[in-house]
Amino acid sequence: MKTALQANTVLKTYQNAGQTINAVDHVSIEVKAGEFVALVGPSGSGKTTLLALLAGLLKPSAGQVLIDNSLLWQMNDAQRTRFRGDKIGFIFQASNLVPFLSAQENVELMLKLKGRLDRSGKARASDLLNRLGLGDRLNNLPSQMSGGQQQRVAIARALIHEPAVVLADEPTASLDTERAYQVVQTLQSLIHEQKRAGIMVTHDLRMCRYVDRVIRMRDGKVAQIIESKADLLQLSNTDH
Amino acid sequence: MSLFDIILPLAKTNQTVFAPILSLPLPLHLAIKEIVRNKGRFFLIAVVVALITLLVLFTAGLAEGLGLGNREFIEKVNTDLIVYSDKSELLIPGSRISEGRIRDLRQFDGIADVGAIAWANVAIIVPNKEPIKVALGGVLVSHPGEPVVVQGRQLDFKRGMEAIIDKSTAVRTGLNIGDPIRIRSLVASKEKIYDLVVAGIADSNQYGLQPTMFVPHLTYEKIRPRASDIVSIDGKTPPVTFNVAFVKLNNPDDSVNMAALIESQIADSINLSREADGVKLVNKQTAWENTPGYSAQQSTLGIQRVFTLLIGLLVVGSFFRIQAMQKIAQVGVLKAIGTASWKIGLAALVQIFTVNAFGVILGAMLTWLLTLAIPPVVPIRFDGLDALRTVLLLLLIGPLGGLVAVRALLKAEPLKALGLAS
Repeated sequence: MKTALQANTVLKTYQNAGQTINAVDHVSIEVKAGEFVALVGPSGSGKTTLLALLAGLLKPSAGQVLIDNSLLWQMNDAQRTRFRGDKIGFIFQASNLVPFLSAQENVELMLKLKGRLDRSGKARASDLLNRLGLGDRLNNLPSQMSGGQQQRVAIARALIHEPAVVLADEPTASLDTERAYQVVQTLQSLIHEQKRAGIMVTHDLRMCRYVDRVIRMRDGKVAQIIESKADLLQLSNTDH
Repeated sequence: MSLFDIILPLAKTNQTVFAPILSLPLPLHLAIKEIVRNKGRFFLIAVVVALITLLVLFTAGLAEGLGLGNREFIEKVNTDLIVYSDKSELLIPGSRISEGRIRDLRQFDGIADVGAIAWANVAIIVPNKEPIKVALGGVLVSHPGEPVVVQGRQLDFKRGMEAIIDKSTAVRTGLNIGDPIRIRSLVASKEKIYDLVVAGIADSNQYGLQPTMFVPHLTYEKIRPRASDIVSIDGKTPPVTFNVAFVKLNNPDDSVNMAALIESQIADSINLSREADGVKLVNKQTAWENTPGYSAQQSTLGIQRVFTLLIGLLVVGSFFRIQAMQKIAQVGVLKAIGTASWKIGLAALVQIFTVNAFGVILGAMLTWLLTLAIPPVVPIRFDGLDALRTVLLLLLIGPLGGLVAVRALLKAEPLKALGLAS
């Protein structure tokens, strides 16, 4: 399978009270198309910072990030912003959807951003929302939907423009267990089906049963990589 | 029902009618959708802008109305120079120009015509109404100072007991051509009633914020309020005087030189004869600017107008600034998913301009409706060009106030979407 995302010895340092802190400490990872990876670890372990580095939202102090074989930090700001709209799908923890756009319009936003919103694009957006069980919510505003429904709209928005990579930051943080499982399972099946590279930051180890690989981080470094199905299942069944 | 109430149902229900918005560029799409979906909030700020517009336009109208009420007669009188007595400090009531001085003025080369006016206050008695106070002008018939009628005919010096009334008098009294006018005047502390006839109606010609009527000077001398009813002393008629004279020049472009020449030659003749006061000649603008209180009044209203505009700037700016602060996280998400900053800034500008323009137009319409209900005695007048200039200024001020909000949105970091900030 083709490598969709690659981070080569990425370092991110901060200065705090005269001391240099390595928030992400020479991390190298590679995610292939169709692979779903979870970044786990305690608070302050550097997983969200790593996600920001992979998204091109934060400039690494050293190292390189490649998405679809393009070096993110060889681009200027405008090119990188456009690149994010083309190649990356995002699912955030909060303030995810544009509050004054309906579910359908939120999904279409990614196509509109690229100037590709036509009849077929609109049909694809509504088909995707239908598949996610939101067929009767197309014209609802985010405030008229539950947290789980909003996250499913966010999943549709992250995938509609056929990105190479989908990045999710704690997508289940505000959901109850049942809805959290539904959201992650949906995300997993779409990532596998559409051959996207998916990376999900999560605190919730129960969600690890749906991913292909877990990267456990500690103090900005990769502490452990879990790949076998049995280990992933065991991790997700750990008493939390 | 607001415009938003009309747009919203279309947005919700009629995809075909609303289809053009779907094909709008992203900034317009975001701006319009947000306004339509938050119509209550945006309508409220539009109403505030409308009220500010109303206030600014009314202040402008009041300034124009008061200014016009003070300067209208001077502005419209058919003259190039206004002649005051030298020591009058350019105050019309304190100026005295004798009949002899008017004859002197007529002797100068380059003068086409000389007229004069004397002012007094009388009341017009209107049946079933309170008496209406008017400024009574005694003029030299067929000379500068007699206003041009728009209805009826000019004064005829052979018919003494007739008058020209201005439009503001006509509106307030309801008088028409040929109607009798009953004037109440005070002579030797006694009320005297005089009956005249309306010969003509002139355009509005207010003097000292009062409606006006004009009569031949001889009639004026007869009916004006005075301390005594004795018209002759020892068989001699008291000398006829006016307040100011009007000089019409053959070459109006030479008014400055002519004024200086007349002033100096009359001053020389006084030095020789020591028999009278000199004269001061000024153009119309200098004359009205020296009307008591005119400049102070206009500058006060001007400052009030500027402050109201500043308040508008602050209100619009604050509203959109607060809204921008509330949207920082949402803007962070938009930037993270690939929306260029300039598109977000443009969307905000479109929104600010739309809401501001809606408010200004609403305010202008409200002002127009209110003017229909204002009685003619209220000195509010709208100069079309000035009102248009004010409206354009208000349209500009909204986006100017909103620039702070746009700057905040441009600076919002996409990292906010991840709960991080650099």
